[in-house]
Amino acid sequence: MKRTVPFFITLLSGLFCLVAFFVPHPWIHDSYGAVQTWAIVVVGCTYVLGVANLLRINVRQAQRREGDWIYKIVLILGLLVTMAVGFSEGNHYSDVTSRFQWIYRTFYSPMTSTMFALLAFFIASAAFRAFRIRSPEAMLLAIAAFILMLGRVPLGNAISHYIPDAADWLMEIPQNAAKRGILIGAALGVMATGIRVILGLEKAYGGGGGEGGT
Amino acid sequence: MSDFLAGLRALDRRWIFLAVGLLVIAPLLFGFHIAPVVPSHRAKGFYDAIERLPEGSTVLLAGDYDPGTRAENYPMHLAAVRQLMRRNIKIIGVELYPAGVPLADDVLRIVGAEFGKKLGVDYVNLGYKVGNELVMSSMGTSIPKTFPVDSRGVPVSQIPVMRGIENFQQIDMIVSISAGYPGTKEWVQQVVSRFHVPMVAGVTAVSAPEYYPYLQAGQLQGLLGGMAGAAEYEVLVGKPALATRGMDAQSLAHVFIAFMIVLGNVAFLGLRKPAKG
Amino acid sequence: MLGVERGRAGVHLPAAVSFAICLCSLLFALPASAFPLKASDTPNDGGGSITLEWTASGPVAKEWILVRRERGGTFAPVTTIEGTVHSFRDGAVQTGVTYEYQLVAQPTNPQLDSEISAPTQAVASKFDWTKLNVLVVSGIFFLLLFFYIWQAQSGVRWTFRKIPGLDAIEEAIGRATEMGRGVLYVPGVQEIDDIQTIASMILLTKVARMTAKYETNLLVPTNSPGVYTVAEEVVKSAYADVGRADAYRSDQVRYITSEQFAYVAAVNGMMLRERPAANFLLGAFFAESLLLAETGHSVGAIQIAGTANVHQMPFFVVACDYTLIGEEYYAASALLSNDARLLGSLKASDTVKIFLIVVIVVGSLLLTFGQSWLADFFSTQ
Repeated sequence: MKRTVPFFITLLSGLFCLVAFFVPHPWIHDSYGAVQTWAIVVVGCTYVLGVANLLRINVRQAQRREGDWIYKIVLILGLLVTMAVGFSEGNHYSDVTSRFQWIYRTFYSPMTSTMFALLAFFIASAAFRAFRIRSPEAMLLAIAAFILMLGRVPLGNAISHYIPDAADWLMEIPQNAAKRGILIGAALGVMATGIRVILGLEKAYGGGGGEGGT
Repeated sequence: MSDFLAGLRALDRRWIFLAVGLLVIAPLLFGFHIAPVVPSHRAKGFYDAIERLPEGSTVLLAGDYDPGTRAENYPMHLAAVRQLMRRNIKIIGVELYPAGVPLADDVLRIVGAEFGKKLGVDYVNLGYKVGNELVMSSMGTSIPKTFPVDSRGVPVSQIPVMRGIENFQQIDMIVSISAGYPGTKEWVQQVVSRFHVPMVAGVTAVSAPEYYPYLQAGQLQGLLGGMAGAAEYEVLVGKPALATRGMDAQSLAHVFIAFMIVLGNVAFLGLRKPAKG
Repeated sequence: MLGVERGRAGVHLPAAVSFAICLCSLLFALPASAFPLKASDTPNDGGGSITLEWTASGPVAKEWILVRRERGGTFAPVTTIEGTVHSFRDGAVQTGVTYEYQLVAQPTNPQLDSEISAPTQAVASKFDWTKLNVLVVSGIFFLLLFFYIWQAQSGVRWTFRKIPGLDAIEEAIGRATEMGRGVLYVPGVQEIDDIQTIASMILLTKVARMTAKYETNLLVPTNSPGVYTVAEEVVKSAYADVGRADAYRSDQVRYITSEQFAYVAAVNGMMLRERPAANFLLGAFFAESLLLAETGHSVGAIQIAGTANVHQMPFFVVACDYTLIGEEYYAASALLSNDARLLGSLKASDTVKIFLIVVIVVGSLLLTFGQSWLADFFSTQ
């Protein structure tokens, strides 16, 4: 029962959504819109579970003084203080002078930007460590990479205007073609996976193993 | 020589990080200039599409990004609002990233003050709504019902710039500044394909190639890719700013990464076994 | 018969006069350039929309005011349209109600107004014909799927090419067990409704069963509460399936945060502290892919990545030991299961791919020779 009911729900809702894709009539489409809205509501409710899990694990680790427990306390305080400040300011939370905005500008915005900025460093170390030219194809890839890296910055155009033109050609023709091939394959993979899930051939995602286990 | 190669193979990656850091900081700190920015045809398409709009048109400005991609998206957002306000085009801002609302507020406020534009009369920020593509298709039915209040909580019925705006039929163009999902692709699929609203987009550099098919098909009239695209656009708008300054740093970083690829291969050349003979 | 005489040219005199009178009345009664306004139901929609098309001949107004009335009612303005436009879609009508339209010139000039359109109703379509091409390909896929499943149940077996990343999964978990270190499974950063995340949950079952069997520690940090609830159930069930329900710990699956870079920072921290011997990065990833992969490499973990996000594949290919690209990632669960019915779905998608390749080649050739019907059929609206 615990596994049968979810799979019937999956089958019926999957087939319904498939039909709704092709049928624009309000009898089908209005219900489809309602299903999508309810999906958002259900996902929204899971945030309560998520925050509860977050607090439970971190409070327990802080209580037991497990490794780096100080950071767990920072996390818990950050979560609770931000929520309290946001709720206390109501509709004015987005005002430039609000305390919520101060938290956003002082902590959240710089820290998020910093994490993204780390990519620049990691790309350089990955390029040194892992980009091995071991075959003719890898050599072609390296040449294309050099052209693109120069073509995308003003320096490339300063060296020769052919470099950005070559970079544009590489991106618009061979890159586009290869990417479309990958996307077609991936789209078929999506179809196959979706059909397997809808028809119940694949039950593992719902917490049921059953057939085909390792 | 073999000692040198062995040392290179064992290079602590923190030296690489230090080199990248110095190369990026130096042009920003000392202000030296490597090469002028030359706009691409994609950036020109973006600029020309907005230039073609008649004065008094209404544009939906979707700022779908957050501080993570601020370095790439914020300059193009700023430059787009500059061009729109210079042309006296009305702006309705929406965001599908909750953390993007303050960024959009900042951009509209800063540029609005430059051009003497009034909040509510010349522009408004409707704020964030959860739902991703559902929000877009809901706006196709009714924008006021999807966003009954703006980001300050003011009812849209009381906002002059929203007067007469019911759905996408009253929107003359969509300007999408996007970091990923939800963003430009969803606007094209949900809105451009169904309601045939002209659209231009500014996206992160890594995702720009994904939108080339849309540009080629005419679903996008212009495309800005990353900070380079933002710099090209700033030049066209006539106010080189954050992105243009960053291009010198990016130039050096790109050259360094190319050098790292070569150096990495040199280091591991020494590992190749000698030919039997 | 009526005493009518024919004129010299053989023309029937009263008829000629009648014709002349009619012609004069036409010329003077109607506006000089009244043009027809065609109103029709907008096709392939859920109703509530009427499409108007016109071609104004002669002088054209600077602007039109489109007016509309219900049958028997009075005209009321709908919108203003520029004089250079030739079509408009009125999306504010009620399905099943009859309307008439007219274009009224601005500035006012009755001679430039359009005719009143024929009465029209908006009708809800029962099928969106613009998606016929999708239905055809989907139908072919379904037929092939059932055919290959039937073949599989009849005992037919196929061979598929080896995917190194899949073979390495058990090897990676074995390595972690030998080293006494854990396994980290990152299911991507999208919500549970994303197909990549669903595929990740399917693979998580396989990985969790193996870690339960080998008594290896498994950590699953999630980026969404929806994914957390499903992942928790998946891991718990996987442990129970191999008879190791007692070994499951409730803190193995955690919700970290929905913020992309905060999640990455947390997962990187977990990698640096827990030092897993095997990392599985399977799902939808964006800018964080290289951050995760490089940090995983720095702690010496063997890394198997899989994603269908094309823009992140290069980072995984460079930084990870094994990468499942695009459809390999979706095929992974079927290949690992060795279930004939699941393999039948792989066979069906491969066959459809061959069909599409043929269509692309034939369509390109036809287009080269000026025949666009095949390309038009497969174009999306």
